[in-house]
Amino acid sequence: MSIKGIRIAGFGGQGVILSGQILGQAASIYGGGFATLTQSYGPEARGGSCMSEVVISDEPIDYPYVQNPNVLIILSQEAYSKHGHNLPAETLVIIDPDLVKPDPSQNPSPFSIPATRMARDMGRVVVANIIMLGFLAAVSEVVSPESLKKSVLTSVPKGTEEFNAKAFELGYNYGLEHRRRSEGAND
Amino acid sequence: MSEDGVLCGTFFMNGDVACAEGAISAGCRFFAGYPITPATEVAERMSERLPHVGGIYIQMEDEIASMSAILGASWAGMKAMTATSGPGFSLMMENLGLGVMLETPCVVVNIQRAGPSTGLPTLPAHADMMQARWGSHGSYEIIALVPSSPQEIFDLTITAFNLSEIYRVPVLVMADEVVGHMSEKVVIPSISPDELSNRRRPTVAPEQYLPYKADGDLVPPMAIAGEGYRFHVTGLTHDEKGYPVMTAEAQDKLVRRLVDKIRLNRRDIIRYDEVDVEDAEVVVCAYGITARIARLAVQQARDSGIRAGLLRLITVWPFAEERIMELAQRVKAFVVPELNYGQIVLEVERCAAGRATTLLVPHMGGSVHLPETILKAIKEVVQ
Repeated sequence: MSIKGIRIAGFGGQGVILSGQILGQAASIYGGGFATLTQSYGPEARGGSCMSEVVISDEPIDYPYVQNPNVLIILSQEAYSKHGHNLPAETLVIIDPDLVKPDPSQNPSPFSIPATRMARDMGRVVVANIIMLGFLAAVSEVVSPESLKKSVLTSVPKGTEEFNAKAFELGYNYGLEHRRRSEGAND
Repeated sequence: MSEDGVLCGTFFMNGDVACAEGAISAGCRFFAGYPITPATEVAERMSERLPHVGGIYIQMEDEIASMSAILGASWAGMKAMTATSGPGFSLMMENLGLGVMLETPCVVVNIQRAGPSTGLPTLPAHADMMQARWGSHGSYEIIALVPSSPQEIFDLTITAFNLSEIYRVPVLVMADEVVGHMSEKVVIPSISPDELSNRRRPTVAPEQYLPYKADGDLVPPMAIAGEGYRFHVTGLTHDEKGYPVMTAEAQDKLVRRLVDKIRLNRRDIIRYDEVDVEDAEVVVCAYGITARIARLAVQQARDSGIRAGLLRLITVWPFAEERIMELAQRVKAFVVPELNYGQIVLEVERCAAGRATTLLVPHMGGSVHLPETILKAIKEVVQ
């Protein structure tokens, strides 16, 4: 049995929950496995701290929370202070460097993608989470890029599919480049 | 989506949404409610969906009115539901009793959060389990179902409607915040009409109709308001005509029937699931989200050589007392993890009657048990 846990933490309004929803749907509906999505948030609609957790498995899931995340996506400094420390070396940490200044003393050092800035440059900051998912598809094995892209396209508002596909590709290509560079660095 | 607007297919959806879709698949066409975390998404989904299936959604001024409205809708022939959480559930208690007394089919969903009072609005508990059984005044029996997943809340919402139509009693769906807010795969099949139960209607001529005269199954046929059958409903103790009768004899006859129609049919109502119980020396008795975590703990116990099993309650009311009594003859102990400080454990203890040890693993709510906490309790009782 293989169980993977993904935690996404940031502020309400950043698409933290929707990203979890898209990821869980990709794994369980399009990927043929099992997935749960749980979330925690405060009473505010926007601006409060917010977290979603996705568990992906090839068998039915009993415990739907993430104890030791395989992947941790951090989208605010507050979330970094809470979740970014004392992680096992094999944890894949992903940050948006415009939102999070990582502590250099911490291992593993995070992968980074300025998804919010890239989304703003595209003209719509709301697609930052889709760019981030594209990046995740390129740098991790938690779910196949095909399933994830399909899940993005069936989750976004009608009429915005093309724009979101572009955002996903942007993040995906950035991720491939990032991966190439980091693998090159290891050679 | 099929032509009649009923959803069909495979979805990654949360339990609240699945509950709403279960209601629509069951034929529910009336929802009255007042939003409350963590049940709001049930109301939200119903407000979006009911207009597409010819149904009615009303946001009421509070939960007292919500409960009244679904009783009225049911008497007008609709399958009706409301959804709430702890504070709203408390407000519904008086009219829940009216629903029992008037023998009104309806479904009340409680997505439980931690209390007392407003407690932890966004976080889980199972602390309304005894309130579900005893929350309204008077002697009565109720049916309460507890789902463990978004798929099961879909399935059990249909079951809840069916049972409420068969027995003419409000049926409670006692979910928790985790099951309500967690998203998971939900398969929504196309439900054929013969999978759905509908209240038995009178077959006699209108002038011969006695609205509270029951046959052998103790459940009277129910006329629909406006169809030409004259009837009178009252929360006062009433005779077969539905008129108030203020005597001990009328009380005895009515209350016995209200209770017995559930008690005597309990074998048809009670549902539970078992894992590895056949040779078990320890049985974990759990329900809702806790049952999933218990399943993991039972597996871990088996891996370490302990003969553990899981009894997952699907109906908590009526309680699976015969099954606990049977198991108590041969198991060493029951472990009862609950998201409260001890409610269903009291029933397990009563049924075990000293023949097996009973150990409560309490959790005050706000999160869920860790599997290792339940595992530790299993190890403790076998020593």
